[in-house]
Amino acid sequence: MKKVLMGNFAASHGVRLSRAQVISAYPITPQTHVVEELSAMVARGELNAKFIKVESEHSALACCIAASVMGARVFTATSSHGLLLMHELLHWASGGRLPIVMVAVNRAIAPGWNIWNEQTDTLSQRDTGWIQLYCASNQEILDTVIQAFKLAETVKIPVMVIYDAFILSHTYEPVDIPDQGLIDTFLPPISNPEALTMEKAQAFGSVTNPDFHMEFRMKLHETYGRVFEEFEKLEEEYSAQIGRKYGIIEPYRCEDADLIMITAGSLAGPSRMVVDGLRKKGIRTGRIKLKLFRPFPSEALREALKPAKKILVLDRNLSPGTGGIFAHEVRAALKGDTRSIWAFVAGLGGRDITPDLIESMFFDALGAEVPISETIFKGVRL
Amino acid sequence: MIEPTYAIEAQEEFLYPGHLACQGCGSTIAIRYVLKALGKNTVVVIPACCWSIIAGLFPSSCLGVPLVHTAFETAAVAATGVRAALDIQGKEGVNVLAWAGDGGTFDIGFQALSGAAERNEDILYCCYDNEAYMNTGIQRSSATPVGAWTTTTPKGGLEDRPKKDIVRIMAAHNIPYAATANVAFPDDLYRKAKKAASIKGMKFIHILSPCPTGWRIPSSESVEVARLATLSNLFPLYEVENGSKVIVNYFPPKKVPVAQYLESQGRFHLVSDEQKKQIQRNVDAYWGGLMKEVKKK
Repeated sequence: MKKVLMGNFAASHGVRLSRAQVISAYPITPQTHVVEELSAMVARGELNAKFIKVESEHSALACCIAASVMGARVFTATSSHGLLLMHELLHWASGGRLPIVMVAVNRAIAPGWNIWNEQTDTLSQRDTGWIQLYCASNQEILDTVIQAFKLAETVKIPVMVIYDAFILSHTYEPVDIPDQGLIDTFLPPISNPEALTMEKAQAFGSVTNPDFHMEFRMKLHETYGRVFEEFEKLEEEYSAQIGRKYGIIEPYRCEDADLIMITAGSLAGPSRMVVDGLRKKGIRTGRIKLKLFRPFPSEALREALKPAKKILVLDRNLSPGTGGIFAHEVRAALKGDTRSIWAFVAGLGGRDITPDLIESMFFDALGAEVPISETIFKGVRL
Repeated sequence: MIEPTYAIEAQEEFLYPGHLACQGCGSTIAIRYVLKALGKNTVVVIPACCWSIIAGLFPSSCLGVPLVHTAFETAAVAATGVRAALDIQGKEGVNVLAWAGDGGTFDIGFQALSGAAERNEDILYCCYDNEAYMNTGIQRSSATPVGAWTTTTPKGGLEDRPKKDIVRIMAAHNIPYAATANVAFPDDLYRKAKKAASIKGMKFIHILSPCPTGWRIPSSESVEVARLATLSNLFPLYEVENGSKVIVNYFPPKKVPVAQYLESQGRFHLVSDEQKKQIQRNVDAYWGGLMKEVKKK
C-alpha cells in the first residue's frame, strides 16, 4: 500500500511492521513524531507493545536495554543531545550484545541551540559499537528499520538507523508500506537464547576481571566482520519479497568516472543530480552514497573508487581539528593510495547544501592537482 | 536482645554462600531477608554499588534468581524495562526488585527513581543505605549524616544539613507504599518486603545497612550499632501508604540517647558535644513530627 509519509512516520511504520514489543523514548525535535505515532499506534491497537515515555533519553535506552536482556524486541528513537545523553548506555547495549534498534535523526549540537540538520551527533558515536545505517529517502527509512531488526538479531549487535533532520524527517514522500504478512515471514518473532529467563538464576553484566573482558570485546569486533555478508544476505531476502535493495554503498555512474564524490544521507539525491548535469557537460563524474558506516565498508569503497583520478568527500559534520568524519574514515580506508582526496565540509547546523555548491566542489577538484587544504569549508560567509 | 515481632516462615535461601561482601556488611543481611520474602519468582536489578561486586564475578553469581546489572543511574528504569518485557511476554506473578545503594538512589539515580515513581511502575525499589559511597572508598553522598567523617568530608562534613529525607520524598510521589527498615530488625524488613510484593505499583523500602569499613566499627558490631539507630529514634521504623497514611512500626521501650549511637562509631569522632545536642534535638523533632502524623489519622 502506498502512502504519502514524512520520514518520521515512515520510521514508525517500520517499527510497527517489525512488531517491536517495548518502546521507550523521550521527546526531542526532530525525532518526536516517530514515537508520537508509535504511541498512537499502540493506543489504536495497531501495535501490541508497551510504550513507556520515560524522563530522559538516558532512561529510554536503559529501559530498552533491560527489556532486551529479558528477551523482548525493543525500539527507541532520539536525536542530537538525546543521543549524546545516551552515550554511556550505547556502550552497554553493544557490550551486552543486545539486538536493540534505534532511530537517530541527525541534528546539530548546541551551543547555540540548533535543531537543524548535521551528522556530528551520530558520527561522534562511532566508537560505541553500534552498527550505523544512513538513509537517503523515506522509503529507505521504512525498509531499513525492518532490516535493522533482522540484522541486529542475527549478529547480536545494536543498530542505529539514521536520517537527516527535516530534509527527511519532516518531508513527505510517497512510501510503499509492505504487507504485514511479508514482513512476518522476513522477520519472525524474536528468539534470543541468551536472554534471561525465570527458569535459570543467570546474571547479565557481572563484573568481568582482566581474565574475561578482552575476549568479550574481541568477539564483538570479530562479529563486525560478519555484518557485510549478513546485511547483503538479508537485503537479498528482503528484495526477493519486497522488491527493494540499497546496498552497503550505492555507486552512481562510477564505472568510468574521473572524479567520484562520496557522501551520505539525503545528500545522495542532489549529488546524483549534479553528477548527471556535469556528465552532460562532458565531465565524467560519479558519486558513492555511503549507507553502512559501522562497520566501515572499506573494501567496497576501494573497489568502487578504482576508476577515479580524484576523490571528493562531502561531510555534513565536523570533528574539530580533524575535519569531516567521513573523510577521515575514507583516508584510513585508502591508506597508501596516492590519489588526492578533496575533503569538503558544508551545511553545518542546517545550512543549505545546494546543487550549485556541490557542483563548485567538483570544479575545485577539476581546477587543481591537489586540494588547497586538508579540509575545505564550502558555503561559508567570511 | 529484641524478640522478633513477625515470624519469618520462608525457609528457602536465595543468597548463597560465597558472596563477596566485607565481613559484617549489612546489605547481605538485607538482601537475604528481602529475597526470602519475595521468593524464587523475582528478577533483581543492580546498578553500580557495593552489590555490583558482592553479587560475584563473571561467570558466578551468589543469587538464586535472575540478575540484571545496570548503569549507576538507571536502577529504577532498568527495573521498568524488565517489567515491560515480562508484561509483553505474558509472564505474571514475577517480582521485579531494584537493589541500589544510597549513592545510586539519593544522588545519581534519583531522576530515574522519581520518574519510575511518578509513572507508578510495578516494581519494588530497595535502597540499602550505608550512608556514603562505600564501594569507592567512603565518599560523602546526600545520605551521609551530619558530622560523619568520610574521605571527602575530612573535617566532619556539612555542619547542619540534615540527611535527605528519601522516604518522605518518595511518599510525596503518592506511591502506594514507602517504608523504612533496618537490618537489625529483620522480621520487620521481611514483613515489609512481603507486604510490598502484595501491592501493585511502585514500592520503596529504605533499609539502614551498616558498613563496618566506612562507619569505623568492628565487623562483629554492625547489627548492634544499626539497632541503636532505631532504639535512639534516629532511624524510626515506619511506613507511608498511598503517600499519606503513616504507620510507625516500632516504639523503643526505653529511649537511647543519640550520643550513644554516635559514640559507637569511629566515623563520628569529629562530632562535638554541642553538635551531639543539636543532632538529638533534630531527632526529637523528627520523631515528634511522626507522632503528630500518626495521631492525626
